Amino acid sequence: MTDIRTAPAPSPPDGGSAPRKAPAAPARRRARGENLAGYLFMSPWIVGFLLLTAGPMLASLYLAFTDYNLFDSPRFVGFENFTEMFSDPRWRKSVEVTTSYVLVGTPLKLAAALAVALLLNKERRGQGFYRAAFYAPSLVGASVSVAIVWRALFSDDAVVDRSLQVFGVHLGGWIGDPDMVIYALVALTVWQFGAPMVIFLAGLQQVPRELYEAAQMDGASAWRRFCSITLPMISPVLFFNLLLETIHSFQIFASAYVVTNSKCGPADAGLVYTCYLYEQGWTNLRMGYASAMAWMLLVSVGLVTAVLFWSQRRWVHYEEDVR
Amino acid sequence: MSALIHPARRRSARSVLWHVGALVVLALVLYPLFWVLGSSLKPNEDIVGGLELFPTQPVFEHYRKLMDGIADIPVSTFFVNSLVLAFGSVAGVLFSCSLAAYAFARIDFRGRNLLFSLMIGTLLLPYHVLIIPQYVLFQKMELINTYVPLLLGKYLATDAFFVFLMMQFMRNLPRELDEAARLDGCGHPRIYWHIMLPLCRPALITSSIFTFIWSWNDFLGPLLYLNEPDKYPVSMGLKMFIDQDSAADYGGMVAMSVLALLPVLAFFLAFQRYLVEGAATSGLKG
Repeated sequence: MTDIRTAPAPSPPDGGSAPRKAPAAPARRRARGENLAGYLFMSPWIVGFLLLTAGPMLASLYLAFTDYNLFDSPRFVGFENFTEMFSDPRWRKSVEVTTSYVLVGTPLKLAAALAVALLLNKERRGQGFYRAAFYAPSLVGASVSVAIVWRALFSDDAVVDRSLQVFGVHLGGWIGDPDMVIYALVALTVWQFGAPMVIFLAGLQQVPRELYEAAQMDGASAWRRFCSITLPMISPVLFFNLLLETIHSFQIFASAYVVTNSKCGPADAGLVYTCYLYEQGWTNLRMGYASAMAWMLLVSVGLVTAVLFWSQRRWVHYEEDVR
Repeated sequence: MSALIHPARRRSARSVLWHVGALVVLALVLYPLFWVLGSSLKPNEDIVGGLELFPTQPVFEHYRKLMDGIADIPVSTFFVNSLVLAFGSVAGVLFSCSLAAYAFARIDFRGRNLLFSLMIGTLLLPYHVLIIPQYVLFQKMELINTYVPLLLGKYLATDAFFVFLMMQFMRNLPRELDEAARLDGCGHPRIYWHIMLPLCRPALITSSIFTFIWSWNDFLGPLLYLNEPDKYPVSMGLKMFIDQDSAADYGGMVAMSVLALLPVLAFFLAFQRYLVEGAATSGLKG
């Protein structure tokens, strides 16, 4: 670094006593320099945003109102794609499958994540090891390898089937059973509870010890302490996890596609929304219909997000409320 | 009655109980991973339905057969392709996301707040709204069956998670550092390159590892954009195994699954601290 004494004097601080309307020339020059530098540093992101996010969003909104097969130019059809959707039994089926996947999978996953986080929250030797090991499935869960493992584990007369038979439950293979295949997918998402778990752990570590000590003095049971202290104190983290997991679950694709043998079956029982979108877009080359489907997904996820944000006033406690 | 037992001993008994409980849950959770490893060493007929986790007499024929490749393509091709894609992605993310993160964290330019809200908005945007027009765009540019569609976004900072992660990290670095550098006559490029990047190494490592693993696991991108098997990454190579399952060659499939998991698990073991902490502080998805 150069000697501080030879460095140029700092430019006068902006604001304060300097009149707002006519800033000193160096300050103005500096502000312009800052703008230029800012936009130069942001330029990859700006190009990416325009080319790969904003532009495609507008294009997809337009395509949603067209009939487009990728080769002929798009033909404007108004709301036809949307009206067709509601009378399309397979579309309705895909909504049903995805909704039940989100509604069953997300709460179970969060419950598992919270339960294990509570287990690991106590200071014990090997805590870091457990935390990392439980996180591992979250990293590989979306891979084709794991989807293949899942198919094998949940097929007829395989490990899961046989283990359940020990308890006198005979369900057969889950993958080939229209009533059960969705639960195989739910099991796969619950298995990846490690990601929300580490976020829960970070939240649990913020809860002040004194609260528990005071409650214990007052004779509060462990369950009571959980409901009256832990849950309210971690509710912002719970909200964050719920939001993230819900948005994430709506978009399940690879695992459903591979677990169901790229057929999203049997009998469309594994037809998650994006599987149908992929089929319409790339198998049937109905890009307009698929775009309309994508926008329905966007609107649904937006609505669910809005409802969650609205609901948080009732159950999420931020620090300010406590004080 | 429990009052008669020495408190210290009671504590250690509870601790043992806790470890037993945690290990049982852990064994259950890691079972699928051990299963795939064990099964890759079993003869075909024992893979589905065989109850012991590891075979008493391991066979290596599945791995040996993998060396012959699949559909005339050596398995190593898939791995080389995956490595090219993964390292290409890492380079792109490190370059573009750190630039944007620096601008958000340290440059006071007009419109910063607007751009920041737009970036946060893309975090919550379902990717599926973009795939159709992006596909049409790359198709018009005749870039289907190249790696450009899979890599371009990485060089244009579309992974907002990493911009956010690096920005949070930079914000926590003391302001005095840049101010001192500024007094010495450094501009933003030099502050970024000589001060911020070296100090951000933990955030850069976290982002690199996540990018590598996500790229390695990616399935939808290659499924859409690649159509020649010799360009396939590992995830699509695995799909080829599934598609030709008439003979139910579970052994080859499982052995290939193990090979596909190995790099991810190796990275995980080497960098698990960064990964777990990165996930906990930023809410990254695995």
